[in-house]
Amino acid sequence: MTRLVIDDVSHAFGERRVLRDISLVITEQRVGIVGGNGSGKSTLARMLNGLVLPSTGRVTVDGLDTRRDGGKIRRRVGFVFTDPDAQIVMPTVAEDVAFSLRRAHLSREELADRVTKALERVGLAGHADHPAHLLSGGQKQLLAITSVLVTSPEVLVCDEPTTLLDARNSRQVTHLLAGLPQQVLVVTHHLRLLEEFDRVIVLDEGRVVADDVPQAALTRYRALIG
Amino acid sequence: MNLGSYLPGDSLVHRAPAGVKLVLLAVGLLALGVFRSPWTVTVAAVLTLAAGIATGLGARVLWAQIRPVLLVSAVVGAFQVWLSGPVQAAVVVGWLLVAVLAAGLVTVTTPLPRLLDAVVTAAGPLRRVGVDPERVALLLALAVRSVPVVAGLARDVQEARIARGEGRSVRAFAVPLVIRTVRYADRLGEALAARGVDDD
Repeated sequence: MTRLVIDDVSHAFGERRVLRDISLVITEQRVGIVGGNGSGKSTLARMLNGLVLPSTGRVTVDGLDTRRDGGKIRRRVGFVFTDPDAQIVMPTVAEDVAFSLRRAHLSREELADRVTKALERVGLAGHADHPAHLLSGGQKQLLAITSVLVTSPEVLVCDEPTTLLDARNSRQVTHLLAGLPQQVLVVTHHLRLLEEFDRVIVLDEGRVVADDVPQAALTRYRALIG
Repeated sequence: MNLGSYLPGDSLVHRAPAGVKLVLLAVGLLALGVFRSPWTVTVAAVLTLAAGIATGLGARVLWAQIRPVLLVSAVVGAFQVWLSGPVQAAVVVGWLLVAVLAAGLVTVTTPLPRLLDAVVTAAGPLRRVGVDPERVALLLALAVRSVPVVAGLARDVQEARIARGEGRSVRAFAVPLVIRTVRYADRLGEALAARGVDDD
């Protein structure tokens, strides 16, 4: 597994401090991050592929520092956002997946083959030429995840990937994430998703207040939110 | 009907190389702008319509390309009638509609990756002056992609405005639409960064 190190990290947006003195070493395959609104969990997740650089402290991925090696890290750590509409860049389903492979310098045939296989894996092959914005919410999120996975990242970080989805679409995304061979870190309010995970980190007001196996960490979280 | 979306087909227009279509579009519209007269606009309109019919996509698709600019065309036409007379108004409006229809025909008959490849090739020489052709192509793709997204945001805002009994308020429409569009642009920028665009 990839070794993600968050070393004495604090972060503020202007005057507002969102993370305080966080130190974590993450090597498990399935890690959940939970916390109330404004607890800093999304900021922490964004730090893992260098989208947000810490005000103090440092974040490394297998020794690569997000401050210096952002490009290399983003090739290894994929990121999925809450709202797939903001993540889908190209007009059609196949084009969006192909966009992720633009740096791979593949032939047209190879590119089409990689895109088709990636879409088949999530049941979207039949929608390849459809406008992406006409997909259902769940299909859009599957497309957003596929567009990240097609580059074969070692780690997938998902920021509330099921928050905007109904129960059926949420199950679909959860099922996909559960079957991935990659190391997966999920920020979520969907606590059931985390029950089979290896580790759950609980944040409150920018601090880690629990870091344990799911049952213990989620019990602490439920007590925290009352 | 989705403005700017590729519609598969096997017509001659579909099979023509993207670069050829873009060059024809650019040269044709430039020439029409320089030699603008009732005759040239009529000939251009006939040729563009013929190309549209040749795509085999049907009248509905052709209509969908020009429908969004009909209101603007009417305003421009009325202004031109007042300013220069009906003949000049017909020429200006005709030129506008031909330009929009021709550009629409290029996008509906050409998959976006082919268009982007052509744009990258065409913008290649600009590397010498510091322009990144891939960025130019990406800008084009984002513009195409943003049309339905912003249209969807406008629809949501309109529904919210009606639901709150502010059906005629321009302010209640414009302010949230601008805020949502800027927020969308912000999130899109973050998503592009996450997908390594800044690292190219």
